[in-house]
Amino acid sequence: MTLAPARRTGPEAGPARPAPVLSVRDLRVSFPSEAGPVEAVRGVDFDLLPGRTLGIVGESGSGKSATALAVIGLLPPTARLGGRILLGGRDLAAMDDTELSRVRGKDIGMVFQDPMSALTPIFSVGRLLSQALRVHRDLSRKDAWEQAVELLDLVGIPDPRERAKAFPHEFSGGMRQRVVIALAIANKPSVLVADEPTTALDVTVQAQILDVLRLAQRETGAGLVLITHDLGVVAGYADDVAVMYAGRIVEHAGVDELFGRPTMPYTARLLAGVPTVDSGVERPLIPIGGEPPSLVGLPDGCAFAPRCAVARDLCRTTEPDLAAPAGRPGRVACHRAQEIADGSLDPAGDATPPPPARAAERTVGDVVLRVEDLVRTFPVTKGTLLKRRVGILHAVNRVGFELRAGETLALVGESGSGKTTTLREVLRLRAPEGGRIEVAGTDVATLRSAAQVRGLRREIQIVLQDPTDALDPRLTVFDLLAEPLQAAGADRTAVRSRVPRLLDLVGLDRAVGDRFPAALSGGQRQRVGIARALAREPKLLVLDEPLSALDVSVQAGIVNLLVRLKRELGLAYLVVAHDLAVVRHFSDRIAVMYLGHIVESGATEEIFARPRHPYTKALLSAIPLPDPERERRRERIVLKGEQPSAARLPAGCVFVDRCPLHREADESVRTRCRTERPPTVGASDGSDHQYACHAV
Amino acid sequence: MGIPVSPDTTPDGLLATAPGPAAQRPPSGHDGRYLGRRRLYVRRFRRNRTAVAGVVILLLLVLFSAFGGLFTPYHFSDADFSALTQAPGAEHWFGTNQGGNDVYASAVHGLQRSLVIAVTVSVLTVAVSAVVGAGAAYLGGRVEKATLALIHFLLIVPSFLVLALVSHRLAGDWRVLILVLTVFGWMSTTRVVWSVSTSLRERDYVLAAEFMGVRPLRVVLRHIIPNLGSLLIVNLTLGVVSTVLSETALSFLGFGVQTPDVSLGTMLADGAGTITSAPWLFAFPAGLTVLLTVSMTFVGDGLRDALDPTSTTGAAGGRR
Repeated sequence: MTLAPARRTGPEAGPARPAPVLSVRDLRVSFPSEAGPVEAVRGVDFDLLPGRTLGIVGESGSGKSATALAVIGLLPPTARLGGRILLGGRDLAAMDDTELSRVRGKDIGMVFQDPMSALTPIFSVGRLLSQALRVHRDLSRKDAWEQAVELLDLVGIPDPRERAKAFPHEFSGGMRQRVVIALAIANKPSVLVADEPTTALDVTVQAQILDVLRLAQRETGAGLVLITHDLGVVAGYADDVAVMYAGRIVEHAGVDELFGRPTMPYTARLLAGVPTVDSGVERPLIPIGGEPPSLVGLPDGCAFAPRCAVARDLCRTTEPDLAAPAGRPGRVACHRAQEIADGSLDPAGDATPPPPARAAERTVGDVVLRVEDLVRTFPVTKGTLLKRRVGILHAVNRVGFELRAGETLALVGESGSGKTTTLREVLRLRAPEGGRIEVAGTDVATLRSAAQVRGLRREIQIVLQDPTDALDPRLTVFDLLAEPLQAAGADRTAVRSRVPRLLDLVGLDRAVGDRFPAALSGGQRQRVGIARALAREPKLLVLDEPLSALDVSVQAGIVNLLVRLKRELGLAYLVVAHDLAVVRHFSDRIAVMYLGHIVESGATEEIFARPRHPYTKALLSAIPLPDPERERRRERIVLKGEQPSAARLPAGCVFVDRCPLHREADESVRTRCRTERPPTVGASDGSDHQYACHAV
Repeated sequence: MGIPVSPDTTPDGLLATAPGPAAQRPPSGHDGRYLGRRRLYVRRFRRNRTAVAGVVILLLLVLFSAFGGLFTPYHFSDADFSALTQAPGAEHWFGTNQGGNDVYASAVHGLQRSLVIAVTVSVLTVAVSAVVGAGAAYLGGRVEKATLALIHFLLIVPSFLVLALVSHRLAGDWRVLILVLTVFGWMSTTRVVWSVSTSLRERDYVLAAEFMGVRPLRVVLRHIIPNLGSLLIVNLTLGVVSTVLSETALSFLGFGVQTPDVSLGTMLADGAGTITSAPWLFAFPAGLTVLLTVSMTFVGDGLRDALDPTSTTGAAGGRR
């Protein structure tokens, strides 16, 4: 299904602005903590017009979620709320919980991040929906059920009459989120609040859900507050954007103005630091130095001043107000906004981009990892006492690749594609269920003793996804870095001399050694994780989603660090990621996985420029671009449905059920797609670009 | 949080020179020497005033039990037949009991016995249950199944019955009491430790340690058990109190402390009967037990806060 997203013309075209459905004035939220009150939201103002979408963007801790919770009145009881939240002339901030319950769900609809925990598991979705209707309206049981079925139909649940009887766990993630949206619009609210509605979903499903959300908004005519950290989502779906930093809105403008000519230095730097799918790889990522501030005891000046390249003395002493610079729509909280608006100052500062450290210096060395025909299955069992085997889950199916020193290979795919299983199999250093794994020239099946396995461990190390969980909270950074050395039998003096050098290597201050991980920021923790992996000078570093747990403004710094380390130490990286845009910036080759199979592989630029496999094409097109202009113009391939379970693999091509090419192909090809698994073939130009598809 | 200062002008360190609050930046020019975890813990512990108070009380109790006997001419087994059930006075500071024994001398000796028994048993029980519970959870498979089967079997065996059967051979020695209390006391804590450890073994840092080539025993000792800290310490403090009390129950079966030997437990049991007629027989041992418990709790809480890096109390100095 190919569609160019239709877009309404904004009401600002007309002379008369309609009255806002939601007005937030000087909203303040603080939470008590041991260290003092955490000022999560510090004076937020905005108006939401009917039928319009306001995107609120910010990093974790910027106060965007606290704002959402305040609007829907679901702040924890310990929170202190100030200011006014006007909804149709009533002040929600002054209401008690009983009064709010009459507003919530009726005048305000909510879509939460995690659709699983947003639905009560013991009721069928039809019952959940009819309950939501009957709470606010006088409906008979039967009428409510009928309306529930209609709502499910509206949000695109196939066979709604039957599915209404199903329970939440019987739905897939994307379908569950559709149900949550149906719940949110059940009573035709005038305001919809969506808090990271697609963050928990796969990227090909994300596009579907955003379309449903837009449809739901059009049906109800509600104003939508879309809260997200993803600038691409905002670019494609919002009319106005408010950028939050340290509890305040720092820039508020129409989506085109904001992305076209960002005025606040933070916005400008954020846009410069975000990797995109379609920008050239040569465009370097310019990281924002430092970390987002803590919200306890903020300094007097602008909260962004310590990280700002164009900050002046005034910025460090007084906090700027949100004001409209002359000659530009939108409001900005910056002392130098006028200069920036006039074009006399570059908000990103004079930070010269780092020299492109890429393909030019790509020296390919020996093969450090060779995987051939790797197979991994898991039994599907039923019953608790006597476990019966009822099927086999083919997690990884005949996967093969090769990785050389100085090279980065990215395994890309959605959750359940088998990429993490592949990685774990490689790291296990044991004979695989099927196929061959060769690490640094040694076939792991030949390793006999535990000592031999430990010996090979020094060649291959891992950086885990979530640095908070990957570092033992009870050990200091020094001990964390000493651990791999001690495991290898290093003595005290060797450890003492190596740890400070490791900290230098990843750009951390040596004094960090005495801290516990809890006292570090997310970016610093990930640097510790990388340093730990490098402690024994491995040849191969396995990176399991190294950036997905980090804030956008910190990601660029880690990407640049990884690129530099690879160059300096001649490492090979095996990266697992779901985000193609991030991967593009530091991988040489990409292998796209779907249901345990590599469906396409090749050089990064080749894959991005000439994707062959329909799944790769869909994956590339599903990623929203942080540029409203192009985001609106380009053709998107929105895949139908979701990735099926690996326990019931189709006999033919694994992608056949969702494939747009298959539906258009002629009969003979269609039969082959159904019955015959496509072989991996190389592209005609003789490069290492390979894909597995009958229809291409 | 400070800006990571990169020593070289590499891409990621590019903006390290961006203006930042100098005061917040960690001091550069670190000499590469680190305090080490133990000294950090001691430092955090010493910031906590109640914990230090707990240590002081505990030390005073130990000193009292060791040297308190020097201040009285009476021995705890001496019977003063001229002063039976006498209230506290100049001659007998804490009074005497029905048999004419000096309560002060008995309390000193009883405290000594109870301290040794209760603290040893409590530490042993917690240590055994931590290693066995966390080890079983981490190793999994057959080891885990066998350990759980043993625990569940021992939990349903009536321990007092077994003790009664073997008592005539082993009874009488307080060192046997320590062994017996440990052998019959480790299971329930182990069961709890095991169930908490099953969630810890799934954590990424355990996985990371495995991938670094850390040996299983070290993973258990270094990554799993320390993260059970609060649970173990609560068990340790509660264990001291419950051991003092269960010791009396076992004395009934002929185990442990037998007359003329005394412990806080036996003194409490004897004194409870005469609480209205001769309250001092109960009050003094009870007071000592309370002091022992309170000090153990203070120390335990202080240890928990000092060992828990997420606790702000440990870092801020014990003011909640």
